[in-house]
Amino acid sequence: MAKRVGMEVGIAAAEAVGLCNIDVAAVYPITPQSHIAEHLSNIVADGRINAEFITVESEHSSISSLCGASATGARTYTATSSQGLMFMHELLPIVSAMRLPIVMGIANRAVSGPLSIWNDHSDIMPQRDSGWITMFAENGQEVVDMTIQSFKIAEHKDVMLPASVNIDGFQLTHMVEPIEFPTQKEVNKFLPDRKPFATLHPDKPITMGAFAMPDRFAEVMKAKDVAIVNSKKIILEVWKEWEKQFGRSYNPVETYKAKDADVLLVTMGSMGETAEIAIDELQKKGVSVGLVKIRLWRPFPTEELKAAVKGAKVLAVTDRAVSFGGVSGPVGMEVKSLFYHEKDRPLITNYIMGLGGRDVTVEDFIKMAEKAVEAEKKGITEEYEFYGVRG
Amino acid sequence: MNIVENFDLFAPRLVDKKEYFTSGHRSCQGCGEALAVRLMCKALGEDVVISCATGCMEIVSSMYPATAWEVPWIHVAFENAAAVGAGVEAGLKALRRKGRIPDRYIKSVAMAGDGGTADIGLQALSGAMERGHDMLFVCFDNEAYMNTGMQRSSQTPFGASATTSPAGKVSYGQKTWKKNVPEIMVAHNIPYVATACPSYPLDFMRKVEKAKNIKGPTYIHCLSVCPTGWRSASNTTIKVGRLAVETGIFPLYEVENGKYRITVDMPEPLRPVEDYLKLQGRFRHLKSVEIEMMQERVDLEHRKLMNKVNNLQSWEELEEEGAILEVWESVLAGSEGYIE
Ligand SMILES: Cc1ncc(C[n+]2csc(CCOP(=O)(O)OP(=O)(O)O)c2C)c(N)n1
Ligand code: SF4
Ligand SMILES: [Mg+2]
Repeated sequence: MAKRVGMEVGIAAAEAVGLCNIDVAAVYPITPQSHIAEHLSNIVADGRINAEFITVESEHSSISSLCGASATGARTYTATSSQGLMFMHELLPIVSAMRLPIVMGIANRAVSGPLSIWNDHSDIMPQRDSGWITMFAENGQEVVDMTIQSFKIAEHKDVMLPASVNIDGFQLTHMVEPIEFPTQKEVNKFLPDRKPFATLHPDKPITMGAFAMPDRFAEVMKAKDVAIVNSKKIILEVWKEWEKQFGRSYNPVETYKAKDADVLLVTMGSMGETAEIAIDELQKKGVSVGLVKIRLWRPFPTEELKAAVKGAKVLAVTDRAVSFGGVSGPVGMEVKSLFYHEKDRPLITNYIMGLGGRDVTVEDFIKMAEKAVEAEKKGITEEYEFYGVRG
Repeated sequence: MNIVENFDLFAPRLVDKKEYFTSGHRSCQGCGEALAVRLMCKALGEDVVISCATGCMEIVSSMYPATAWEVPWIHVAFENAAAVGAGVEAGLKALRRKGRIPDRYIKSVAMAGDGGTADIGLQALSGAMERGHDMLFVCFDNEAYMNTGMQRSSQTPFGASATTSPAGKVSYGQKTWKKNVPEIMVAHNIPYVATACPSYPLDFMRKVEKAKNIKGPTYIHCLSVCPTGWRSASNTTIKVGRLAVETGIFPLYEVENGKYRITVDMPEPLRPVEDYLKLQGRFRHLKSVEIEMMQERVDLEHRKLMNKVNNLQSWEELEEEGAILEVWESVLAGSEGYIE
């Protein structure tokens, strides 16, 4: 049994990457991701791993250079946040269309303006439709585990898609947490060298990144969708394998005291742990409430979420991003559309909260749950609510 | 493998017969850019990976499921060819060092049009050159955004009518002079910078070969006549390119470790710019006053260049301890002390 160490989560993310025998990293610093960038370059500078670290001049070039590196067959990693992720946006659907298994850590942060370095999910949400496997970590241990798992998932011959591990900025990246690291030997066993399907090499010249006329383009889009939908099977397999080797289990949707609860809070990311405390307090008071945490955002865990909320009367879905002028927040919309065809669908309320680093406390989750209980009695009056926001 | 040392003597026999940029691509008739790419590939040979920016050459060569490329080739986007090429270099280097690919030297080559180089691609290019990747970057400069319909770029020459700098009742077209990208590359202290034009195929191929063999960042700026965009007859492409050189509008030179050298002699005195302009519809509207302005500027630029050619010494001559030239070696050595 490996021993636990106290470590800042951002540093731990870089340490996890250091265990993965990567070949090329290209990282451009941005708060709150910087510690990942710095620590990974330390690991390279100390010769602890045999990899190229490209000190790119921008995020656009970090993801672009990794396209080139990944296409040669290299295992590649980058990390970014907020404006950096927005700057990469153009390239993200290209990466997935080219089926390049790049792994990216995202220290989630609000998107300007106004400029804010603090945490929410407004950076990852605009990337939703880019064809990346997207998961959210709740604590430091998950960050380490999911980073290692991501390489295996992304590179699997039946997946070959990029993957991102979302880590709430500051609220998770800068926390010091107890973390258990697998040994290098254990990781080597779990994650052998990448075996690429096709690479750029003169021994077998191929053309990558061709353009498509209207009679082909749609097929490529469908192929990408089929690939990401089918990736769930591999994700589940890899998580099972992880559980077998390391004893920690991972599921697309996690539940906390959700069984038979009338009201379920739905969270994504590190706030799940705060919400758990709220659930404990409410249950003590006899309120029938539980918690559902979405870990896997893309591919969306439709069956798992339906199963997790079966029997619930109200879902209080929380969102940490705004779809301005939309029907709800991004998670709210997703969940609502999922249940439209269900006969016994729950009532769904949607709270947009924790924007730009605004604290969301145990009391806040309690209030949201109470609002949801109220909605159950009185019916829904609005599609979504900016929870605790002035004006 | 090409042997170029004796090109000037035995050239016809020494040009690789194999085509790496094959026929069947869909460039316009008389396309100087396609010709230049073909020649570049012959000079590079097989052991390359090419990273190509969005633009004419990408579009004419890679319509899925067909390809004109016989060498490994990748296109990702418009502004990032230099970054992609940098990643290719890093990937190959790491995989070779770790024994995961055969232990053989493969050159990373990035290519883009003038837009993908001098405008939207300048940041990625500067970054890659500054970091010292072992990569050749070739700009195929047809002096506008041709793929999207002849819009102006920072490489569109003064006086040319482009679709976003059109000549009109109160405008003679492009108002600015070409941004001097070769000079910007020289300012990156890279070991080799050259200008070229496929109207001088052996000069171009020799430069490509030379750049390929230099371990470090190198840059070639290749003027590529575009009959469609320049409104010139497709059977005059070679001639127009030659006139660009003979008028001094686009001198062919190389800068090796800081030392400037003219590689294709220009007539003395230079031919008048008008000889070049009159073959191209994009300059048709120019009046003599603008042509005179252009002539004066060309003469000045020529004197500026000759001043560098005649007066600048190479870094070897300037340095005392050989320190500067060792810089690229140490950059390339990387963390592992790995050197070709
Ligand atoms: C980010 C972005 N902006 C604009 C475009 C549209 N675009 C594609 S190619 C091109 C111009 C290419 O010009 P150049 O680099 O000079 O190459 P050429 O086609 O002239 O060879 C433009 C503007 C694009 N593909 N991507
Ligand atoms: S537009 Fe010009 S550069 Fe593009 S293919 Fe035609 S001739 Fe060549
Ligand atoms: Mg152009």
